[in-house]
Amino acid sequence: MPEQPTDDMPVVGPEGHRDLDRYAEDSLQSGLAVAQGSLFFSAVEVGGEGSRHKGKGLGLGAWLAIGWLTFIVLVSVLAQLGVLPLKSPTESFAECARLGPFAQEGTAPGHLLGCDSNGRDMIARLAYGGWSSLVVATGAVLFGLVFGGILGLLAGFFGGKVDTVLTSLFNVFLAIPAVVLALALVAFLQGASAAGGGGDTVDPKILLIIAIGIVSVPLLGRITRASALTWSQREFVLAARAQGAKPGRIMISEVLPNVLPAMMSIALLAVAIAIVAEGTLSILGVGVKPPTPSWGNIIGLDRGRIKESPHIIFLPALLIFFTVLSLNFLGDVVRARLDVRESAV
Amino acid sequence: MTTSATEPTTTGAGTGPILEVTDLKTHFETARGIVRAVDGVTFSLDRGKTLGVVGESGSGKTVLSRSIMGLLPKRGTIREGSVRFDGVEIGDLSAKEMRSYWGARLAMIFQDPMTSLNPVMKIGKQITESIRQHLDVDRKYANELAENLLRSVRIPEPEQRLKEYPHQLSGGMRQRVCIAVALACGPALLFADEPTTALDVTVQAQVLDLMATQQRERFMAVVLITHDLGVVAGRADEIAVMYAGRIVEKAPTSVLFSDMKMPYTEALLSSIPKLEHASHTRLATIPGRPPNLVNPPKGCKFAPRCAYAQDRCLEEEPPLLPGTQPGHEFRCWFPVGTPEGAEALARNRATAAAATTATTTGEPPAVLGGTT
Repeated sequence: MPEQPTDDMPVVGPEGHRDLDRYAEDSLQSGLAVAQGSLFFSAVEVGGEGSRHKGKGLGLGAWLAIGWLTFIVLVSVLAQLGVLPLKSPTESFAECARLGPFAQEGTAPGHLLGCDSNGRDMIARLAYGGWSSLVVATGAVLFGLVFGGILGLLAGFFGGKVDTVLTSLFNVFLAIPAVVLALALVAFLQGASAAGGGGDTVDPKILLIIAIGIVSVPLLGRITRASALTWSQREFVLAARAQGAKPGRIMISEVLPNVLPAMMSIALLAVAIAIVAEGTLSILGVGVKPPTPSWGNIIGLDRGRIKESPHIIFLPALLIFFTVLSLNFLGDVVRARLDVRESAV
Repeated sequence: MTTSATEPTTTGAGTGPILEVTDLKTHFETARGIVRAVDGVTFSLDRGKTLGVVGESGSGKTVLSRSIMGLLPKRGTIREGSVRFDGVEIGDLSAKEMRSYWGARLAMIFQDPMTSLNPVMKIGKQITESIRQHLDVDRKYANELAENLLRSVRIPEPEQRLKEYPHQLSGGMRQRVCIAVALACGPALLFADEPTTALDVTVQAQVLDLMATQQRERFMAVVLITHDLGVVAGRADEIAVMYAGRIVEKAPTSVLFSDMKMPYTEALLSSIPKLEHASHTRLATIPGRPPNLVNPPKGCKFAPRCAYAQDRCLEEEPPLLPGTQPGHEFRCWFPVGTPEGAEALARNRATAAAATTATTTGEPPAVLGGTT
């Protein structure tokens, strides 16, 4: 039977878009389900009582994630401050080159996790590299949050032409493969800074932050837009209008505070993605410039030695893995908690 | 203070009706066609008086109030007719120009206090926001005003409540807060859009009484929108019954209840359960649904559901006819309580009875054929 439009059929309007955005958000997060499962599994093994506190407390999984992230951040910051008794990340110990816990040629005495192919201490490189990775990732996400947040809020709140233009812009950016876009941006920014600043005065981390940040703008923008769209249609926004509040004021003080939680939970996920993105760019050779270590460029520099010295590749990869896992897990916990709050109101 | 935006404060000068709506039409462009949500509504409201607007869901009550307030989105909305507030035409003002009216002179209370308060903003801020916007006062004074407002809507421990969030209050308390927000700047006209529908029956009366008290104290005009004739019965000075975007009957409250002319009003009233009914009496309902507002039927919009409907009703739309008493208007060719109406009803009942006997005796084979 051909479908005849009837009175009861809903008019397809902005809600359709909203559903799509929901879908996008869900599918973004569903990819982590497997990873969370394994974390929970290990949590149960270690603690004996894993997911039982789901209702009230954060649960052991979340605490493990928080613990891991605190550890990573602390070590990175303290290493950078020079407080930790670490070897220099750039000093070579020629006799220990390529040696490590899993290396074929044996272990390096005095270096718990071994050394890289230049004989540099892996612990020091990982600790200092963590700083680079975290700074780039959080910086990029902050960049994305500010610009994506502003654009998404404008699109979702004002709707109409503003929304059409901004959403199309997001879609265009999302259509370009992220790695290609980031590569192009880094290359362009390097060229621009070399031409403008004269030489290598600009920290390559800042270029990376801007490049990855720009890539993350449409992602965060779309999430913000979706959330702003639903909140802008709430009755209290109309009520505020009926009390004579100005649109800018409604957007900032009525809609934004309600949109922030969604932005925060997605920001945690975005940091995870940005860490991986920094790694990818480093492996491709446009990341943090050696000898400054980052988790990505440690892998990138010695990617040819994966067979004889796997520790050089796998140790930073493991750190990335657990950090991203923790961020994803935490992001999901935050999202779940906020959902509860929203339905209770 | 500059008076360019707030000029109407002086021009109206307290004479004449506070609100005059003339032939107001509000149509929406949708994918299905043009929805005639409000289709030619005319009424006026005096200062300090209450107009009850009654109708079932989808009759255009809410759109009417938002259209008068100018709160509907510009996009896809066609709005015609005149809205004069305090002697000034506000029908064609821009949102920017309306902002000096919204909250300050025109205010609105919404149906659901759960959704009309911002869940992440403290009560105090929600009240003081509009005070600080419209009245030139400092934060401290605005806070005192807010506290007094909460006290006047009888919220216990107001200074405590100012620091709380909406979810910490009960439904009735929240609606009181909404009333306080709406009253904050002393509006001359208040729209209350089903203010008690989301509340417990026990709280409903309290909230309505509170609104009546505030109205008297402030000499404020109120448009009380509801689907419940019981809500407006004792509180409105005048009642307008809406159906399919039009006013189908309008009369002073006592006249409407004693001398209703429109079959729809009668049907609405008889669908309220009464104490004198025996228990388990089947409640009278109005058959069918409100008409499609995209392609409304020719003739009287209520005719397809009306017990009095005749051929003429399906062909010709009745105009608003004056009733016998002053201020009474209705749209009906065969009004209730008149010889024509009685005759029409009797004729319909007779044909209905004939039809039932016909179906029970001679029709079964045809019905069987229809189902296979």
